[in-house]
Amino acid sequence: MRPFTYERAASAADAAAKAASVPGARFIAGGTNLLDLMKLQIETPAHLIDVNGLGLDKIEETADGGLRIGALVRNTDLAADGRVRRDYGVLSRALVAGASGQLRNVATTAGNLLQRTRCPYFYDPNQPCNKRQPGSGCSAIGGVTRQLGVIGTSDACIATHPSDMAVAMRVLDATVETVRPDGTGRAIPIADLHRLPGDTPHVETVLERGELITAVALPRPVGGTQLYHKVRDRASYAFALVSVAAIVQPDGANNGIAWGRVALGGVAPKPWRVEAAEAHLKQGAKATTAVLLADARPTPDNAFKIKLAERTLAAVLREARA
Amino acid sequence: MKFDTPAGTNPIDRLTVVGKPTDRIDGPLKTTGTAPYAYERHDVVAGQAYGHVLGAAIAKGRITRMDVAAARAAPGVITIVTAETAGPLGKGKWNTAKLLGGPDIQHYHQAVALVVAETFEQARHAASLIQVDYQAEPGAYDLAAARAGATEAKGEPDTGAGDFHGAFAAAPVQLDATYTTPGQSHAMMEPHASIAAWDGDKLTLWTSNQMIRWGVKDVAQTLNMPEENIRLISPYIGGGFGGKLFVRSDALLAALGAKAAGRPVKVALHRPLIANNTTHRPATIQRIRIGTGKDGKIIAIGHESWSGDLPDGKPETAVQQTRLLYAGANRLTAMRLAVLDLPEGNAMRAPGEAPGLMALEIAMDEMAEKLGMDPIQFRILNDTQVDPEKPERPFSQRQLIACLQQGAERFGWSRRPAKPASVRDGRWLVGMGVAAGFRNNLVTKSAARVRLDGQGVVTVETDMTDIGTGTYTIIAQTAAEIMGVPLDRVVVRLGDSSFPVSCGSGGQWGANNATAGVYAACMKLRQAVAQKLGFNAAEPHFADGHVSSGGHAVPLAQAAKGGEMVAEDGIEYADLHKRYQQSTFAGHFVEVGVDAATGEVRLRRMLAVCAAGRILNPKSARSQVIGAMTMGAGAALMEELAVDKRRGFFVNHDLAGYEVPAHADIPHQEVIFLDEVDPISSPMKAKGVGELGICGVGAAIANAIYNATGVRVRDYPITLDKLLDRLPEIA
Amino acid sequence: MGTRYHTDVSRRGVLLGAVASVALTTSARGGQATPTGGDGAAATSSGPVPVMNPVKAKVSFTVNGKAETLEVDTRTTLLDALREHLRLTGTKKGCDHGQCGACTVIVDGRRINSCLTLAVMHEGGSVTTVEGLGTPARLHPMQAAFVKHDGYQCGYCTPGQICSAVAVLEEIKAGIPSHVTGDLTKAPPLTATEMRERMSGNLCRCGAYSNILDAMAEVAGLQSAGGPA
Repeated sequence: MRPFTYERAASAADAAAKAASVPGARFIAGGTNLLDLMKLQIETPAHLIDVNGLGLDKIEETADGGLRIGALVRNTDLAADGRVRRDYGVLSRALVAGASGQLRNVATTAGNLLQRTRCPYFYDPNQPCNKRQPGSGCSAIGGVTRQLGVIGTSDACIATHPSDMAVAMRVLDATVETVRPDGTGRAIPIADLHRLPGDTPHVETVLERGELITAVALPRPVGGTQLYHKVRDRASYAFALVSVAAIVQPDGANNGIAWGRVALGGVAPKPWRVEAAEAHLKQGAKATTAVLLADARPTPDNAFKIKLAERTLAAVLREARA
Repeated sequence: MKFDTPAGTNPIDRLTVVGKPTDRIDGPLKTTGTAPYAYERHDVVAGQAYGHVLGAAIAKGRITRMDVAAARAAPGVITIVTAETAGPLGKGKWNTAKLLGGPDIQHYHQAVALVVAETFEQARHAASLIQVDYQAEPGAYDLAAARAGATEAKGEPDTGAGDFHGAFAAAPVQLDATYTTPGQSHAMMEPHASIAAWDGDKLTLWTSNQMIRWGVKDVAQTLNMPEENIRLISPYIGGGFGGKLFVRSDALLAALGAKAAGRPVKVALHRPLIANNTTHRPATIQRIRIGTGKDGKIIAIGHESWSGDLPDGKPETAVQQTRLLYAGANRLTAMRLAVLDLPEGNAMRAPGEAPGLMALEIAMDEMAEKLGMDPIQFRILNDTQVDPEKPERPFSQRQLIACLQQGAERFGWSRRPAKPASVRDGRWLVGMGVAAGFRNNLVTKSAARVRLDGQGVVTVETDMTDIGTGTYTIIAQTAAEIMGVPLDRVVVRLGDSSFPVSCGSGGQWGANNATAGVYAACMKLRQAVAQKLGFNAAEPHFADGHVSSGGHAVPLAQAAKGGEMVAEDGIEYADLHKRYQQSTFAGHFVEVGVDAATGEVRLRRMLAVCAAGRILNPKSARSQVIGAMTMGAGAALMEELAVDKRRGFFVNHDLAGYEVPAHADIPHQEVIFLDEVDPISSPMKAKGVGELGICGVGAAIANAIYNATGVRVRDYPITLDKLLDRLPEIA
Repeated sequence: MGTRYHTDVSRRGVLLGAVASVALTTSARGGQATPTGGDGAAATSSGPVPVMNPVKAKVSFTVNGKAETLEVDTRTTLLDALREHLRLTGTKKGCDHGQCGACTVIVDGRRINSCLTLAVMHEGGSVTTVEGLGTPARLHPMQAAFVKHDGYQCGYCTPGQICSAVAVLEEIKAGIPSHVTGDLTKAPPLTATEMRERMSGNLCRCGAYSNILDAMAEVAGLQSAGGPA
């Protein structure tokens, strides 16, 4: 970890402006991923802007009946919020499926969205990695890939996005609210926040330099049975091999399903949702997964994720109907 | 004290302290964070600087250039140690690869430099500024590919009896199956750590090491200095499991760094370095052939194992148990060792038996099924009370049948359906599995010094270590029992090379041998005390803080009123272990649930019934067994050092990538110790239990998964991807 | 997020050891991103290395009820501030990356991994470490229960387990849900399954889990953690 200067930001706009103007500046909130990577010289900020004092730690109801979640709301508090538990169960479920109690007590809403991949080659500075060192090559391809991505990947990168929370937010159609260095704000649909790697896997989001996430807004509750099923080798405290976030409106007819939404975690560089696949939920998991993962390009080591996703979705649909 | 005849009645048999479930005497320190571990000794020497280790970025090749200028110029940097600056170094007897690499690199993350700085943050950052040019060379990293070229390892000849090949070929029922176990990492919670301080040419190392005497010798050999100038101090060890049997780079580099810096230096290996920098349990490929008659009696049993290591390394002795566990006139065991350029393979908890039983005990389950027999019945049918290779050698004690039978009853084995995949509990496919546990009892000499002061306090000193095994407590119990004092009148000092040489901690030999050494020293002290107090009777009675004989009682403390009394002695073994096979046995029982949709395996119940001689402290012994069962569960279900076969390193080299069991993975665990005393083993009549618990449990899990699903997996760990294709279709 | 990368990889060849011997240069920062920011802190293989001195900052917080003011390198984690500066070594460093839980302490009433937070981020904070729970002579009930149930072996993960265990019982009491909570709209039950899941951020390689559960169950007033519940 290189030396860095440190300041506590006075306001969100000020923080954004500083982040854009001070060379090597980064925001720090929970820091659970940033410090992890700084210790490995993977992140090397020269200046840290501590945004914890900005008061962005509230969960408020929005005018249209939804919820606005402050960027600094800790994962524990978001999961425990009564409104979230009642109306956005998939989000609460996804949050508590992630990390550990200690990490959830610190990790923030925005930080969770912006956490970086857990690809072991990204984490080892001795190994070439296009995400860490653009143009150096991807050493994961042809290497140990069991945990890595099967869809949305590229010849430059097969890393996955490790968040559980983001997968739930994707089925909830959340919107990410930011402030830019010039003081203006914008709202980014969560579907658009993360970029696919293509030839530039080091560019992970559409955020501009210095742009600060201030909140995540959830639209008004959509009801339905909300489930999050995370599959992993260890029973807890492990990243997903595959996870399924689903909102299903049960129905007496239609094979038990009136409508539904589904997104996958653990398979792609971003929460993976294909809206067109959701029309097939009534036909079942196989038909849905066939569309959802139609363009999958797995490795021999992680091809099982296709079948696992299908079977996990089947279990989720069965539970939703029950 | 020479132990050359089976133990008769002795003071330990009173069992007023020994054999009682006793809270650890170090418990209040450990639970309050006041037990000092190696890296934490702010108290021992002033001016400690911080060292940070740089590991090699390639698996095999040479350093062609190393530029340390930027690091040297970085703020706070005091000195930088490399192979070039260190001068000629020897290599310890117990090390296969050099602890400080360069210019040749023998494995990934082999240490190539230590940066010493004023602060931890400075040392870590400066290490990142060192630039190293490498000339990489091709290496061998794939055991399966290297298998064909593997050769017989030095000192590990094939063993056998009768005509295995002929008998197997003719056997009416045959099994020929191949199993694999992956490399595993000790992953002890305390990283390898040392503080080094020089006083002239004398070196003191506060370190985390299981084997103090081996450590002194290997530090001497590596630094080319006399043993008497080296002191190792290791009173608390945050887990070892074999990973701290040997001197590692933290100790060597702390010593070299302190010398170069001219002040004390402390070094802890950072976690991402540990898997590749230190040792690991090597992967194996194991072929097992069993031939039986239609009656289920084993006619032929063969076990071959392939493993790999660096040049001059050793094989994983995975066939060991197969020489002794089951009867059968025609036998073969063989080990072949391939040269691999992966990090150094070496001992990890129950080396040999742990991976060996993971294979053998699946094979036994498969064979029982072929025969249409209950797997417990099949094992009982093939029990032996003698060494099958040398039938004139009996086991000193062997209660395997009792372990299996009592376990079956306790666990409700009769409820297990013989037909796999026939029990369903909601989303779970449920199954039960059993396996035999087996681990040898090793005897080796061990010494101690015992002091008695004027307050009647008994102090034991030995270089024995407590790696979580409960050694402090069982040694205190032993001394209390023999000297006739309450436990709180005993002080135990461990892990210091200035104390008499013990057996150290490894191979589950610690408890029996170390306490036997303390027994010897205490018996000597008793003699001196009796003499001092004027007891002429051969055997005065030591109890309740008094020495008595024929109605005459004197306080024990009286003997030391005029000055401390000291006795030193040790246990040495004659040939009882040659005349008798000494082993420990277990029956492992497991119930699993397998998620019918995802193939996730979750343990529901675990039971081990153990026969392991006298249990000195049932509380800490039970903990050893459940801990080993937990590690065995990890081996069965999730642990695998994933090899990048192109680049030659373990990719998942941290505790997020290398998954070990967490709380949520482990159900309530039950342990039963059978009543057993083994007078052949030592005056303590005890044997080890610390490794028995891991021996067999993995196969019991594998067999339970088979019983739950009907899917037989022969490649560990049994992760869901190996089950998924063969699970029932779901709607 | 404005992460920018140094793109000069000319001296960093790709290692393909199985093919032929090839040259490769790395530093511990070799192959990793180095910022292009104007401070010039990143050494390149050709240029001179500007010295970049540590940045010191003052921070005040209370530890186990005692006010402490430290001047630390901004890089100092709360864990290292405790262990190296305040010499409170009860809090352990097992992985330094949030992967083991040995460094768990309670900050402002919540358990956290002290390895993944900077000391300077805790101005005005209140930290409780294992030393603040009890002493060998006056054990906290959870510490005493760990001794009684042998909820530890080597002892290295133990302070973190105990800090977590104390906090977990509070979290259940406070109604915070977990991964195994059945009905999200209700308060989570105090069961062995809940405790196991919540304790899963504290690894114990000695495998004392079953005993730790018994210790927690006793403190929580449960009859037994023994059952499969």
